[in-house]
Amino acid sequence: MLLRQPPAGEKEWRGAYKVSPERDASFTTLSGEPVKALYTEADLADAERIGLPGAYPFTRGVYPSMYRGRLWTMRQFAGFGTAEETNERFRYLLDHGQTGLSTAFDMPSLMGHDSDSPRSLGEVGREGVAIDMLDDMETLFQGIDLGEVSVSMTINAPAAIMLAYYVVAAERSGVPADRLGGTIQADILKEYIAQKEWCFPIDPAMRLLGDMIEWCSSQMPRWHPVSISGYHIREAGSTAAQELAFTLKDGFTYVEQALERGLDVDDFAPRLSFFFNAQIDFFEEIAKYRAARRIWARELKETYGAKDPKSWLMRFHTQTAGVSLTAQQPLNNITRTAIEALAGVLGGTQSLHTNSYDEALALPTEDAVRIALRTQQIIAHETGVANTIDPLGGSYFVEALTDEIEAHAYFAKIDELGGMVQAVKQAYPQREIADASYQLQQEIDSGRRLVVGVNSYTEGDGDETPLLHIDPALEQKQIDRLRAVRARRDSGPVEASLSALKAAAAEPRLNLMPHLLDAARAHTSEGEVVQALQTVWGDYRETPVF
Amino acid sequence: MGAEITAASSRSTSATSATARRIRIVVAKPGLDGHDRGAKIIARALRDAGMEVIYTGLHQTPEQIVETLIQEDADAVGLSILSGAHMTLVPRIIDLLKGQGVDNVLITVGGTIPQDDIAALERLGVAKVYTPGTTTQEIIDFIESAVIPRA
Repeated sequence: MLLRQPPAGEKEWRGAYKVSPERDASFTTLSGEPVKALYTEADLADAERIGLPGAYPFTRGVYPSMYRGRLWTMRQFAGFGTAEETNERFRYLLDHGQTGLSTAFDMPSLMGHDSDSPRSLGEVGREGVAIDMLDDMETLFQGIDLGEVSVSMTINAPAAIMLAYYVVAAERSGVPADRLGGTIQADILKEYIAQKEWCFPIDPAMRLLGDMIEWCSSQMPRWHPVSISGYHIREAGSTAAQELAFTLKDGFTYVEQALERGLDVDDFAPRLSFFFNAQIDFFEEIAKYRAARRIWARELKETYGAKDPKSWLMRFHTQTAGVSLTAQQPLNNITRTAIEALAGVLGGTQSLHTNSYDEALALPTEDAVRIALRTQQIIAHETGVANTIDPLGGSYFVEALTDEIEAHAYFAKIDELGGMVQAVKQAYPQREIADASYQLQQEIDSGRRLVVGVNSYTEGDGDETPLLHIDPALEQKQIDRLRAVRARRDSGPVEASLSALKAAAAEPRLNLMPHLLDAARAHTSEGEVVQALQTVWGDYRETPVF
Repeated sequence: MGAEITAASSRSTSATSATARRIRIVVAKPGLDGHDRGAKIIARALRDAGMEVIYTGLHQTPEQIVETLIQEDADAVGLSILSGAHMTLVPRIIDLLKGQGVDNVLITVGGTIPQDDIAALERLGVAKVYTPGTTTQEIIDFIESAVIPRA
């Protein structure tokens, strides 16, 4: 990297600064990285590393026109109760100008338990929508044209099963798989690292994901079969550099697996997408997104030999940081979310979810969700930040931070451990995250880092915040829905599809997707499919590190 | 039993004397949510404060947690729940403990718990409910003051 000379007068400034008083503060990023008093052209990378939007290495954005061409997709994550309640919420969001749908599933659905399993008690429809089978998926999207709207589904361990329900639901509404546009998260490595919703041991889970990616690459050209996610890694307490490195390493691992299966990198890499957190340290976040784009482009081109420029593009969704929201003085969270969302936009995100101010207390109310969406609309239409491409490009500070975050040593360390799958099995990223989160908490507890309303400026927390109450009767409603389908379905095809699935699961060379589609068509439930696979593969138990 | 038993720090606290044993606390994650940042931070802070900490790991059923409490002869339990299922899972754990005749375990709960539910949980016998923003020191101080040291 070519570093320039400091500007004229820099020495004099340094002298003047030295004799000026300095605030009693740590001057570090949220991730603990030191920040200098001043950045100058001496900190600026050479122009080639910065480049131009829509051109390698894409530091300034993946498209030549960015938001001058089209604004980011405003995509609010939603889901609670049964498919009926969430379908209503989806239509409400579409009516209020939202441009894509994003499905939150409840915990039993994420873990592969049916709503009537004893493990699901008290959790059905609580943190997302309960989807047990094809019939629920059809209700979820009733009255919504799946050929028109782009749908994101945040589900991982049982992603292939949910995708099968979605494809069959669309097929029965007259929309073939090749017209479906959207994303399924399906990033299984980050489950073991951070989100911790799993069904199977790591190796068969990786195989199931590989089967799905391979099937999608030939059958669903408009679909993103995996959204490689740093969001949950950051929520679990990682630093920005850890979020970046662990996420990219997960991504490279999926690329390597697809290559091992004989796929051409240019056949699937353009369909890989990413999902990052937007934390409260504004410039550190912007630098993170810019560094991520540059590293991905370089590795795809140089290490994995991708020739199609579309394969080099890191497109990503951003969500503001749930972990930054405070239960104290919750209205302040609107401000936090606005700043975080602005970082996502100035970092060049393709889509954005803004959290609602009441989410440190419960799932959001409709009013709180509307304010969160309005926050994005204010950024888009009032602030003027979308008038020019990458307005911070060339900022001495942002470019220097981008270089710093790119240069972190995590990549080499993971390689040393034998790659990401091995590193996860050895709990390396898990331990790094636990250490980072503990350190940050200590800074907050000791008052070295101020959080407004929590450890400083604490007066003024008297007002009651209206909260969304999930009706406990919805759990029984979902159990009744599930049992009604079980009672009226034909058990022959259910048994046949599960037997065929088990046989295929035992044979690693077979692709499981056609079997999962058969199971979906037979109205087999998610829990039945997961249990069938567990009889072949077993389940997973973590050895926790803290 | 699936609990991961972790060696406690050798430091002792001011609350323990030469005759009293160190406080034994189980940090447990009932239910299906995978949000373990808080539970792990608290487990580590309690360990650093000189307590013997047993962290159950994720996705525990009420039955598994009660079994761990009995097997570990715990003085206290910290239940971490961020799935909204606290009004189902906590009463179930309390009932199971009563059914086993266990009445000397201090029960604390942490997570995203709305105000109304805090009062309801305290009526059921939860000693303290912690919501986001609590410092680890507050929790340490409470456990140290509320647990009656056993010989």
